Amino acid sequence: MTALQTAVRTQNAPAYDVERIRADFPILGLEVNGHPLVYLDNAASSQMPRQVIDRLVRYATTQHANVNRGVHYLSETATHEYEEARCKVQRFINAREDREVIFTSGTTDAINLVAHGYGRRFIGASDEIILTTLEHHSNIVPWQMLAEEKGARIRVVPVDDAGELDLDAYEKLFNARTRLVGVMHVSNALGTINPVKRMIAFAHARGVPVLVDGAQAVPHLRVDVQDLDSDFYAFSGHKMCGPTGIGILHGKASVLERMAPYKGGGDMILSVTFEKTTYNTLPHVFEAGTPPIAGAVGIGAAVDYLSAIGMDAIAAHEHGLLDYATAQLRRMKGVRIIGTAPHKASVISFAIDGVHPHDVGTLLNEEGIAVRTGHHCAQPVMQRFNLPATSRASFALYNTMAEVDALIAGIRNVQKVFA
Amino acid sequence: MADPKALYQEVILDHNRKPRNYGTLPNASHHAEGHNPLCGDRIDVALDIDGDRIGAIGFEGESCAICKASASMMTVAVKGKSRTEAETLIREFREMAIGKIGADGLVHLGRLSVFAGVRDLPTRVKCAILPWHTLSAALNAVAKTTTEAEDDPMHAPIGGA
Repeated sequence: MTALQTAVRTQNAPAYDVERIRADFPILGLEVNGHPLVYLDNAASSQMPRQVIDRLVRYATTQHANVNRGVHYLSETATHEYEEARCKVQRFINAREDREVIFTSGTTDAINLVAHGYGRRFIGASDEIILTTLEHHSNIVPWQMLAEEKGARIRVVPVDDAGELDLDAYEKLFNARTRLVGVMHVSNALGTINPVKRMIAFAHARGVPVLVDGAQAVPHLRVDVQDLDSDFYAFSGHKMCGPTGIGILHGKASVLERMAPYKGGGDMILSVTFEKTTYNTLPHVFEAGTPPIAGAVGIGAAVDYLSAIGMDAIAAHEHGLLDYATAQLRRMKGVRIIGTAPHKASVISFAIDGVHPHDVGTLLNEEGIAVRTGHHCAQPVMQRFNLPATSRASFALYNTMAEVDALIAGIRNVQKVFA
Repeated sequence: MADPKALYQEVILDHNRKPRNYGTLPNASHHAEGHNPLCGDRIDVALDIDGDRIGAIGFEGESCAICKASASMMTVAVKGKSRTEAETLIREFREMAIGKIGADGLVHLGRLSVFAGVRDLPTRVKCAILPWHTLSAALNAVAKTTTEAEDDPMHAPIGGA
């Protein structure tokens, strides 16, 4: 940074300094196909700031050993850092207790944990699970597997043309057999922010617990699990500037305590004999084997990073990008936005007339622009909108208006090539 | 890495705009449906084999430009050819697409060498190969095929979704 830039910055004291944030992310300096990288695939995976990368290096170089085992210095240090990360996540999502925060390998693993630990114990033949058309495959398939095993039934909340859930239909799906609701907080394919608080309240009034897939919400909104009153809330580290291989299942202690263990192994037990094994307490009972310690330390650092900027500031910045991109795309002939709900997070799915999304993706990549093309692991959504696939731009805290402009110019180029 | 722009050459864009032999064959003797579950591409290939010759060929489907142009150019290339000649083209196209043979190693493909650029775009290899894969299935009387089949005879070495 030059002295002049510093002076300007001090004078203007911008509330949200995106250039300073970008400087924290080494990968954003990359060139792709001779162009500066324009990374708009954050809903698939976000990038890590130096603060997280450095934290992982510090852990690996000065703190690593197995947790909850040895009495030696490094084991105690690693255990301390691992548990400290749990407390950071607890504060970040405002969980009541740290033992309600379970480390998993990701959102998928967290949902599978609930399907096994809760589902296999409390969902039986002819029972019903309510899901929505918007769900990611990770919040469909585990329930289908359970339903097949138990003879249970899956009921699906429809979406309207804008990509919003039909709440009347949702309420009508409840009956005496309803045992669980699974709903995503923010749609990865369309960006819709679902009214989960209201949906949870409705389900609770009928004694039905709710699992929220928060993978796309936690990086972009302030999430308060006590305010939502969710029974389970699942999310991933790698979509919130943390590393891959780490995810979180938040569960209410009262619910988690009634569940069966999911994976068996070391750390999840208190004592083992061949006659009888006594299980450990929360959260360890759900963390069999050596956990992703480095990943936990990494997600803790990501939480620190995001908290220092502030989730409200991040949400406001991303909303600005979303509004700008939406306005630009709306003005373009031959471009259609898929998903036009009034409440959206920073995801825009779009279709270009006469051009398949894979061709869009390849041509944008030529200009260094990374978007996702395909079904976004949400094939029921694609079927609902009669599309085989869409192109999707998803923004994060480090994206800029200039990058939106690059995307728009890239789309114009695609239209020119296929004119 | 080669310039990916090379992939979207005019000949490919032209076949995408105006696909040749597009449509059904009412009296097809052989038929197969190809599907790439990773991107939703779907191609139907129908053949009318008269003795040993591909007398007529038609294709239909919904796919990206690479897949559609590949299918269109494939139908032009194999129409009137014997089974053996078609199998040779299938093999050579596949080897070109996965980078096993370079442009200088191509003997039979002719204009189809415009697809050589996909080798640098691993996620697009299957787009280019799907029609050929489906043709192979039709010739071998397999009604349905997918680029993800375990016994995929033309399995391309690429990653997941």
